[in-house]
Amino acid sequence: MTGAGVVIAGAGQAGFQAALSLRDQGYDGRITLVGDEAHPPYQRPPLSKAFLGGEMAADTVLLRPPGAYAGLAIDLLLGQGIGEIGAGRVALHDGAQLAYDHLILALGARNRALAVPGAGLQGVVMLRTLDEAAALRDRLAEAAHVVVIGAGFIGLEVAAAVSSRGCPVHVIEVAPRAMARATSAPVSQYFSRRHARQGVHFLFDTGVTRLVGRAGRVVGVEIAGGATIAADLVVVGIGVTPNVALAQAHGLRLDGGIAVDSHLLTSDPAISAIGDCAAFPDRRNGGRVRLESVQNAVDQARCVAARLVGRAAPYAAVPWFWSDQGQDRLQIAGLTGSHDQVVLRGDPESGAFSAFCFRQGRFLGVESANRPGDHMTGRRLLGQALALSPDQAGDPAFDLKAYAAGHRAA
Amino acid sequence: MPKITYRHADGTQDSLDISPGISVMQGAISGGVKGIVAECGGAAMCATCHVYVDQKWLAALPPMNAVEHEMLETTAAERRPNSRLSCQIKVGPDLDGLVVGIPDRQL
Repeated sequence: MTGAGVVIAGAGQAGFQAALSLRDQGYDGRITLVGDEAHPPYQRPPLSKAFLGGEMAADTVLLRPPGAYAGLAIDLLLGQGIGEIGAGRVALHDGAQLAYDHLILALGARNRALAVPGAGLQGVVMLRTLDEAAALRDRLAEAAHVVVIGAGFIGLEVAAAVSSRGCPVHVIEVAPRAMARATSAPVSQYFSRRHARQGVHFLFDTGVTRLVGRAGRVVGVEIAGGATIAADLVVVGIGVTPNVALAQAHGLRLDGGIAVDSHLLTSDPAISAIGDCAAFPDRRNGGRVRLESVQNAVDQARCVAARLVGRAAPYAAVPWFWSDQGQDRLQIAGLTGSHDQVVLRGDPESGAFSAFCFRQGRFLGVESANRPGDHMTGRRLLGQALALSPDQAGDPAFDLKAYAAGHRAA
Repeated sequence: MPKITYRHADGTQDSLDISPGISVMQGAISGGVKGIVAECGGAAMCATCHVYVDQKWLAALPPMNAVEHEMLETTAAERRPNSRLSCQIKVGPDLDGLVVGIPDRQL
């Protein structure tokens, strides 16, 4: 260590948590947190939920009040991009140089742009930042016909906010069902049915060919087959791309994101990568994954902070996610994407059920709609690497909670 | 503004005036109260804003929903009958004077 301290590139949830955890765990060197937005670190999840509904003011999404950073001895550089990574130093866009003993890349991801004609029209928006959320909230108040492109978490959360205002909303999705990448078919079906009941119109298996404008403003969305759906506001939520350019220019290994090892170190031993931008080894299912979630950002930040204060341990946290859509809460424990079998507990008709997902009989994780107990049990089972069979999961008489709790002390 | 008192495990305490409408958790984060982690930001997903509510205030609080009940089974410190997640307690004039204890650990 040279006394230059830790530089954290990116002041989202992961970067913020890395700074905080370093201090919490007793790191007493210099910490510099560099963010390219003007706002101090804030939470993203509420931006598509309570914030959009107007139930949450901008200052309550901040992770800490602006004045708190000085008290934590965290140097916060806002509105500052990093232009280049060098050996032991980074260059900021304004030309300033920052030396580091260790660099943490928490660069996040950016929204994928819609690659069709008209995507640049006024009234076509995306949602990732606080500024974008504030702009969308204002536009929603005046919108008469909203079209959401993409039926992922963001798209459905936005659709729920729109329909709750009594405003018509279409959701256009190229896949055959909602949240196809994130959830099993029964969960997709449950949520799309719930949204439909609130007045959301879904168009699945449907591509967008062009956005139609008049005088520079969007007035419609043309879909494959030629029909046009009227729209004065189009929200595009078609996924994200990890921010890897800075890492790539420095020669770091990439593999679906910035490649890191089980300790979240990149191919340069002085640089770690965490959060949305980091592709890490999936110790449960094999291969490499890149996750976009609060849990992943926070737990990876904590893992790296612990290593930097001499308490290194491989990253092993159980992934979990949530999405609030209207009155329904979806909770996911584990990575269920590769499942070949789904077993339900509870009845979707009752408004509360879980889809337990398996691959070749091995428990991958559980997707719960309004069944928080199953979610927490799933997190415990995965955390303890406790086996669960499809028969056990599907047997209403099998006491899952007791089974997971019985092994807690083991 | 309603005054909320956060009592730490070591016997010290912080008393803060909290804007009505925000949660007991947000009040603690904004006021720099140590011991409230709140890593999920108030979604009742992480159980790191666990508090012990002063007995005489228990009845004045909003009832617990199923999500909070489940999360409380995963707290790092022992769950007690007066355990709540502070993100689920919205501050209003009726909670002026509320006292909550902060457990010795949240993780």
